[in-house]
Amino acid sequence: MIEQLHSDQPWLSLLTFAPLIGALSIILRRMMSRTDENGAIADPREQAQIENNARWIALGITSLTFLVSLGVYALYDPSRAGYQLVEEIPWLNDSIKYKMGVDGISILFVLLTTFIMPICILASWNSIKSRVADYMIAFLILETLMIGVFVSLDLFLFYFFFEGSLIPMFLIIGVWGSKGTKEFAGVSMPSRVYAALKFFLFTLLGSLLLLVAMAWMYAQAGTTDIPALQGYEFPAGAQKWLWLAFFASFAVKMPMWPVHTWLPDAHVQAPTAGSVVLAAILLKMGGYGFLRFSLPMFPLASADFAPLIYALSIIAIIYTSLVALAQEDMKKLIAYSSVAHMGFVTMGIFTGTQQGIEGGLFQMLSHGFISGALFLCVGVVYDRMHTREIAAYGGLVHRMPLYAFLFLFFTLGNVGLPGTSGFVGEILAMTGAFKVNSWIAFFAAFGVILSAAYALRLYRQVMYGELTKEALMAIPDLNWREWLPLGLLMLFALFLGFNPGPALSVFTPAVELLISNYDAALAAGGR
Amino acid sequence: MGIFETLSFALPELVLVIGAMGLLIAGVFLGDSAAKHISLASVGLLLIAIILVIFGPGAPTASLFDGAFRIDAFSDFAKVIVFAAAAVAILMSDRFLGGEELGRPEYPVLIVLAVFGMSLMVSATDLISLYMGVETQSLALYILAAFNRDSRRSTEAGLKYFVLGALSSCLLLYGASLIYGFTGATSFEAIASVAKASDANIGLVIGLVFLISGLAFKVSAAPFHMWTPDVYEGAPTPVTAFFAAAPKLAAMALFVRTMVTSFPDVIDDWRPIIALIAVASMAVGAFSAIVQTNIKRLMAYSSIGHMGYALIGLAAGTSSGASAVLIYMSVYVLMTIGAFACVLMMRRRGGMTENIADLSGLSRTNMPLALILTILMFSLAGVPPTAGFFGKWYVFLAAVDTGMIWLAVAGVIASAISAYYYLRIIWFMWFDEPAPAFERDTGPVLRFAAWACALLMFPILTVFMGPLIKTAEWAAASLF
Repeated sequence: MIEQLHSDQPWLSLLTFAPLIGALSIILRRMMSRTDENGAIADPREQAQIENNARWIALGITSLTFLVSLGVYALYDPSRAGYQLVEEIPWLNDSIKYKMGVDGISILFVLLTTFIMPICILASWNSIKSRVADYMIAFLILETLMIGVFVSLDLFLFYFFFEGSLIPMFLIIGVWGSKGTKEFAGVSMPSRVYAALKFFLFTLLGSLLLLVAMAWMYAQAGTTDIPALQGYEFPAGAQKWLWLAFFASFAVKMPMWPVHTWLPDAHVQAPTAGSVVLAAILLKMGGYGFLRFSLPMFPLASADFAPLIYALSIIAIIYTSLVALAQEDMKKLIAYSSVAHMGFVTMGIFTGTQQGIEGGLFQMLSHGFISGALFLCVGVVYDRMHTREIAAYGGLVHRMPLYAFLFLFFTLGNVGLPGTSGFVGEILAMTGAFKVNSWIAFFAAFGVILSAAYALRLYRQVMYGELTKEALMAIPDLNWREWLPLGLLMLFALFLGFNPGPALSVFTPAVELLISNYDAALAAGGR
Repeated sequence: MGIFETLSFALPELVLVIGAMGLLIAGVFLGDSAAKHISLASVGLLLIAIILVIFGPGAPTASLFDGAFRIDAFSDFAKVIVFAAAAVAILMSDRFLGGEELGRPEYPVLIVLAVFGMSLMVSATDLISLYMGVETQSLALYILAAFNRDSRRSTEAGLKYFVLGALSSCLLLYGASLIYGFTGATSFEAIASVAKASDANIGLVIGLVFLISGLAFKVSAAPFHMWTPDVYEGAPTPVTAFFAAAPKLAAMALFVRTMVTSFPDVIDDWRPIIALIAVASMAVGAFSAIVQTNIKRLMAYSSIGHMGYALIGLAAGTSSGASAVLIYMSVYVLMTIGAFACVLMMRRRGGMTENIADLSGLSRTNMPLALILTILMFSLAGVPPTAGFFGKWYVFLAAVDTGMIWLAVAGVIASAISAYYYLRIIWFMWFDEPAPAFERDTGPVLRFAAWACALLMFPILTVFMGPLIKTAEWAAASLF
């Protein structure tokens, strides 16, 4: 049985719902304003004031949430393996509870989420011009739902947050997405609408299968309590189906090849901060789900399906890297590279080895920093030039030295250069894969080479060469609101790259427990 | 039981029917100018009936009129929701009918009479009382559908509803007579004991099929759904709002009681039929609504789909299945009332609009309405954190519990498809350029109803779902 330390104070609830309070205050402020009969706010000064208030409230609340999460981290004891700061009250009935708690796997994702959010607000400060208050509300609600995903200790509650997070993201892509139209099934629609719908429906279908699996598990085990389910032994035949249902959900979210096609669309259409959240946090929910549910609850099926995961991961690593090479759009290129990097994560997790799992976790954290930063970098030039075409740029290094430096750093981080956090995750995941089968590691290593090819090509075409394009002549370098978040992200990526110990030591107890339970279950099941 | 004791259990119904007759007479004498007062008086009648149901004679269950009706937790639960939904529907109609010069005193009286029929339906435990309840309800509903008698569409809706409704009543009667012929009984209890003793004989099963067809028509489940879109579209909007909520719940409650109390031992014969009807309804609801441009037609198809989900709970045939139906239907009634309150607020200078495209850019021209509709649409789609999700969870749980995983999977696929058209409405409201704004002055009733339903869907019921679930489980347990 996994140890659970209860907390007297509802720290995690406070952390989860703090952003929601910010959202409510913006909504109230909005509602108090006078509107004319067309619904627009009558006084332009008041309109501007509301927008400014919304920005500052959002920044303040997300920063405050980050501080609260640091407080939660201070209360957390990293040397213990089980769940801590657990709180529970009955919800639907006595067995479907509102239960929250963190362990070594989830605590760092919580920190990642609360850290990325203020950055997103800063990144949207001036680049979002229409409906600012609504935008901030959507982001704050999204933060609540994302934190909720990582701290839920009840499967039902997890699902509740997991699927709920689709709603604000759907609106963010659809309302503040970029322009352009798309033909689909004979209907012409704005391409941001197409991307938003695709994002929503893909993920919804995947997670609805999880819902059926969850109903079966509840009918069988009589509880949706995550620690209890992790201790429950499902029959081997049923595990297979349950695993597949969970896989459907998490593979879409991750995303794994071949269900990754929603991601490039969503990334390209989403506003910069939307892309950052998508890449840095929403994708991580898939990997988190594999670690929280698939591996501990269905160990036999996980072992049986591991070869499938390896195959899909390697296809993702090699194929999507090749696709990334051919992209003309900066955001699309980074989106495909995300799919490739997530391939390392799934490969590492399903090796079931200490290195593999820690590598996967580390890669997710590091990808959160680096790909988030890359999307910010694209956002910087997009705000200035309003195009994401690689061909529209060139020679930026002459005008934007600071930008060139930061972009170079994150490009190299994306490639996995030693000294950046990207390296640690990839090498650990590959070491784990080596232990299982050296061929897997062999193929995965191609991904590292290919990532250098596409990332450096992007960098060369955008940054180097002569500055010939007329429009780029007067492009200004970064302002403080742009370099501050990028600089912070760089510090983290460097720190984790040179000194991965602290992060790994937070994972280790939880991962060790996970693996010992996993191995015990495999031994008992005769695998 | 003496006659007075019996009648004391039927007090809510007595209040309704005597009150309705009194109001009818008053309406005749006072004329159209009293329509408003008669509406309010009808609402008062319904409120009194609700109070009588909740605080009425304490006995948990009672069999009345030689076993023709039964008062139990299940019927009480259904009655409270039906009465409340009807009361809200009457209040919401006021402004619309006044605007269209349809404000006549017959309107609320007809609704009360229909509600009286529903009240009989949900407590019927005999084939004869079942038929009586269904007909009392239906006759009032036919007239309501054609209430705007000068409008072609409304008259057509009423006529269509009547002709098809009469056909379904025939099916129902034919099934009832076959069942009577093969079991020699009309009371549910007696039928159940005969069916148990004699194993399912073929005559009984044929009767059962006809009975199910008739009932499926009343809940507008596929393939007996054809009337729904036309009637929804043609009938005056407040009438549609009423049709979509209370009668659906009453018919579904009747359906559940009939199946689980009179045929519990032949469940293997009727479960596949119900499951098939459920799948067909979900499919019709999911696919046909995609191409609709009129929001009333869209809601019609959406309600067909929702009946499919509720029927999943019935197909389970267990106590948890029956409670899932009640949970689902309660949530459904709230969502529907809220959605129709919004439809009734879609008014521009020069009249009502019913096109989905008229909602374009609503989030900019009328933020509160857009917010309400967004919550309701996500709830209809069954996406957390709204209450619609809990309804889906419980019906799927009931299906999985009885080993019908395929039915739950069919349900989730249908809900993923149907999510598209709910999202389409949201996309019109949030992503598109604004259409001309709606009139702001919508009257307090509609606004209050819409806000109340939306806030119940999220966040009130999200947090306090527990009590509703407990009540529904307690109500369903009284059937078994």
